Amino acid sequence: MKEIYLDNAATTYMDARVKNEMERYLGEEGVYGNPGSFNSIGLRAKRALDDARKRVATILGCNDSEVIFTGSGTESINIALQGIARANKNNKAKKNHIITSKVEHKAILETCEFLESEGYSVTYLDVDQYGLVSPEKLKSAITPETLLVTIMYANNEIGSVNNISALSKVCKESKVLFHTDACQAAGYLDINVKNLGVDLMTINGSKLYGPKGVGVLYVRTGVILKPIMFGGGQERGLRSGTENIAGIIGFAKALEIAEEEKPMEVRRLSELRDYLIKELTERVPKVMLNGHPTQRLCNNANISFIDVEGEAIMLMMNEIAGICASSGSACTSKTLDPSHVILATGRPYEVAHGSIRFTLGRSTTKEDIDKVIEVIPGIIERLREISPVNLKMEEVIA
Amino acid sequence: MSDELKTVVELKPMRHKDVEAKVSAGKMEEWFYTDIVKEHFFNPRNLLRTESELKQFQADGYGSVGSAACGDKMDMWIKVKDDRIVGSLFKTFGCGSAIASTSMLTVMITENGGMKVDDALKIKPQDIVKRLGDLPQRKFHCSVLGDKALRQAINDYFRKTGQNEKIVVEGAQVIDMILKITDKDIEEAVLEGAHDFEAVQKKTKVGVQDKSCIPKVKELIKFYVEKYYG
Repeated sequence: MKEIYLDNAATTYMDARVKNEMERYLGEEGVYGNPGSFNSIGLRAKRALDDARKRVATILGCNDSEVIFTGSGTESINIALQGIARANKNNKAKKNHIITSKVEHKAILETCEFLESEGYSVTYLDVDQYGLVSPEKLKSAITPETLLVTIMYANNEIGSVNNISALSKVCKESKVLFHTDACQAAGYLDINVKNLGVDLMTINGSKLYGPKGVGVLYVRTGVILKPIMFGGGQERGLRSGTENIAGIIGFAKALEIAEEEKPMEVRRLSELRDYLIKELTERVPKVMLNGHPTQRLCNNANISFIDVEGEAIMLMMNEIAGICASSGSACTSKTLDPSHVILATGRPYEVAHGSIRFTLGRSTTKEDIDKVIEVIPGIIERLREISPVNLKMEEVIA
Repeated sequence: MSDELKTVVELKPMRHKDVEAKVSAGKMEEWFYTDIVKEHFFNPRNLLRTESELKQFQADGYGSVGSAACGDKMDMWIKVKDDRIVGSLFKTFGCGSAIASTSMLTVMITENGGMKVDDALKIKPQDIVKRLGDLPQRKFHCSVLGDKALRQAINDYFRKTGQNEKIVVEGAQVIDMILKITDKDIEEAVLEGAHDFEAVQKKTKVGVQDKSCIPKVKELIKFYVEKYYG
């Protein structure tokens, strides 16, 4: 059975062009030297690293020195959040307040929770019914003690896109540092740091058809971070450890391809996404779209099917039609809690349990979407026959 | 490379008492389902499909646990003849293992001419898991819920047939006097994967204010972990 991969927000395959480029850097014939070694083989590695950094900086619209290569998006976030906290631990201004939102990725939420245990106070901003943070709400949450604001660019579960430049403007006015987690945004939205007005930004390769295990942290010149791990002092001391040259080259290549193909890909995926949402909401009774109807990632369709449970839908569509998606149901999470994002948008538990996230990608075709549209109505009907639940839509509309 | 971005390197390792990675030698957790689970998910046995089916069935006992908000809801009906469960029907809102657990349970209590009611009460969640060929550890609570729905259905049967002395009601006992957290809440937390005091406290906030209950809570966690995972 042909598998239909609609879980591109989880991770993407590596593009063949990226793989080809990376292969030139692997093996004895490749570029295996240590960029820190003072010899010709080390120098070749340093050149490759410098070149990749320049290519990334060009796309982000920043200086080379502002690009830090890390091991993942999660690592970038930890270096940023913990790094800023540590650099300001004993500051005279007693800035010990961090602001984030309730719908962030676990990498942000867990790091914030850890910082709370270290004595920082954290405000988790409420979001609107679409999962978006309002600049006004942010403004009123900022206090003289606020050190850092971290708000995601695009939500990984429901795809809603925050107005980052408006949020960063609020921070600039209050002289508060602003970090954005742009892991889902890269490849689909504008990631020019000047346009966005951010002080720090995280992106990673595994959502970009690049290699896994490579992330980037943009750090604006002048922002001071203390490292959270120690060693040889690579990447301005923020990410010690011998650089993953092939991975970094792959990341740069992946980012270039994504930028180059962005206009066409965004148009193509938006059409497929809208087609999927329209057909499913028309063909299946009692469904709801989670997230913003228009201000959303072009590849994200998150739909709740009332009266049935998400994991059961996933299992059935995977086994019957090879469709691979994901769910915000409690059953699919390790903690057995349903999606904190959907709950934060004000929708009840029943809606979160029945949510399915389809995230389209480079390999997604119209035929794939047609297959989804063809099999989902029957699957939902079958599961509703098994289910003792029969809610009225009024009961679940927030 | 210019050095506008100065980082001060502290040559001290980080020490955080509250973040300890727990590495154990046990088997890695699996999340996929056995073929038996899938078989019961795709072809549920004794599924109640229509209202008229239920009328025809003339149930002697009905039990229902959970809700759509909880993520699982299971309804079970039993038919009893000469003290044996001769028929059972179910409906389930939940994941694959929840549907399979209830389906399998209806098979277990009705096969070979039907199980004696008293024997059906002795079924443990582990027995359902065994018949399913295993369940991922974090899906274990699905089998517990199935078991609870059956107990309710049997209690309902006892009530209807005047065997009130046989009804076993699981009463909850308040453990945390300030937040009014019961032993049932702790049991739930353990079933949801919290296996030590820190994890249970994170889920329930037990003992945050009423510190005097902590020893009792630890005892209960040990009891439930052994009961369900031992």
